[in-house]
Amino acid sequence: MIGIDEMETLPRAGMESIQLQRLQTLVARVYDRVQPYREKMDRVGIKPAHIRSLADLRRLPFTTKDDLRDNYPYGLFTVPMDDVIRLHASSGTTGKPTVVGYTEADIQLWSSVMARCLAMADVHRGDLVHNAYGYGLFTGGLGAHYGIEALGATVIPVSGGNSKRQVTIMRDFGSTVLLSTPSYALNLADAMVDAGIDPAELKLRVGIHGAEPWSVHMRQEVERKLGLRAVDIYGLSEIIGPGVAMECLHSEHGMHILEDNFLPEIVDPNTMEPLPLGEEGELVFTTLTKEALPLIRYRTKDISRLTLEPCACGRTLIRMAKVSGRTDDMLIIRGVNVFPSQVEHVLMGIDGVEPHYQLEVSREGNMDVMAILVEVSERIFSGEIKVLERLSRSIQMEIKDMLGVSCKVRLVEPRSIQRSEGKAQRVIDRRTQ
Amino acid sequence: MQVEQIAVFLENKSGRLAEITSILAENDINIRALSVADTADFGILRLIVNDVTKAQAVLKKGGFTVSKTDVIAVAVPDRVGGLAEVLRAVTEGGYNVEYMYAYAHRADGSAVMIFRFDAMADAVAMLKDKGFALVSSREICAT
Repeated sequence: MIGIDEMETLPRAGMESIQLQRLQTLVARVYDRVQPYREKMDRVGIKPAHIRSLADLRRLPFTTKDDLRDNYPYGLFTVPMDDVIRLHASSGTTGKPTVVGYTEADIQLWSSVMARCLAMADVHRGDLVHNAYGYGLFTGGLGAHYGIEALGATVIPVSGGNSKRQVTIMRDFGSTVLLSTPSYALNLADAMVDAGIDPAELKLRVGIHGAEPWSVHMRQEVERKLGLRAVDIYGLSEIIGPGVAMECLHSEHGMHILEDNFLPEIVDPNTMEPLPLGEEGELVFTTLTKEALPLIRYRTKDISRLTLEPCACGRTLIRMAKVSGRTDDMLIIRGVNVFPSQVEHVLMGIDGVEPHYQLEVSREGNMDVMAILVEVSERIFSGEIKVLERLSRSIQMEIKDMLGVSCKVRLVEPRSIQRSEGKAQRVIDRRTQ
Repeated sequence: MQVEQIAVFLENKSGRLAEITSILAENDINIRALSVADTADFGILRLIVNDVTKAQAVLKKGGFTVSKTDVIAVAVPDRVGGLAEVLRAVTEGGYNVEYMYAYAHRADGSAVMIFRFDAMADAVAMLKDKGFALVSSREICAT
């Protein structure tokens, strides 16, 4: 059914005319239905009728994660909750998560963009797709799942964890496509070695790896160890989840953005002015076709570049370079987004913990490990080991509860965490990209 | 009758014990007994000193986390079953021992410290080389 969608080979003028038409409808709808958007637009004196060309996009205010937090949980939804058939959530910058909602049409849209992404990596009907992205509030598992079904391929919904069982399933079921974070792919490669399974016994052909940054070196390692072709996929829950952009098998220069649905811009993160094509800056998306939670000029905080150079696959879609960094301090730990402010929020809720802490992120084997360094103050020090161990355990449990990621806690002496003159250095990331 | 003990939080890094003992020495504080409790991640040094208030102040000034606790010093009869007698009384009384450590006097007035090092044989050679008198197990066991 799906090879190259007709939207993917349009001449530029054709694409832009579709984008403009959709943008105008979107702006009119959010202005009409969502008070926070209307207020923001009124503040800068812009009305839906002012959007006459794509160049007028830059006149619209940005949307950020803070807007989602300020209107938590459903304040930016454009439809009544009766029309929302699914909710997902991702990390917010403090205690509250970012909630996203989908109407029935949104789920169909998501399935179709995800299916188009899979098709770019030549996944097709007849493929057995091993989906090791986590199922749950995280958009990865279910987002990919519905796309695989929409494509007509067979989905194996293994979710994350239990690597030994995963590799047995891959061998016995004859999985041809692997979907996982890149670090989990390497973990599975190790599990194969442990289980005495030779990757050559497997039928894996393509690996689709996203949700965390990975280097060219890591790509080569995944390809060599698993004997497959590894490609990158991009998405974020606020925009829709996985399915925003995808590398095709020809593309060595970035991911095709499904720009008929997700209109990209690159802006200077300091001046917030749009940058010319090809320049590096912060990636900003406007969702053109989403119903429940459309976002206008959403700041992803991801740093990338856009290019319109032709691709050997024939698609004319604009492409984005692999994300090269962040404009904020968000960390990705085993595929989970973590903000230092969230950790701080948890620590401050625990009696006796000083506001001095540091996060140390490293890679042990293929796994990301986050250690939280906490200073032991006199308020919490009684001279008994069990009291400190209880403290350490309760921090670990609270972090796991709130952030969904395990961590280590290292209790350190007072003043051993460096105090800086200005902004404290909260994060030491020792992972080599 | 209770005795004041000070406890110092120790991060697992080299040189911290040496730093504490030199701070105490510089301030003319005598260590009468000590014990180090350690976990995989951190340690706690417990000390009985001749000037608790001063020790607490100087260590705090040196950047350490210090706490003061009351402990009980019990004279243990120096014969077979001596400690067992004390512990039987504790158990029968329904008490749990949180921790305990030894403080020994020898006839010549010196105390005995027991160490374990990561490289034991090398440490023995080094200590002998530096002129320290090592006590043999026969001497310790001798009544």
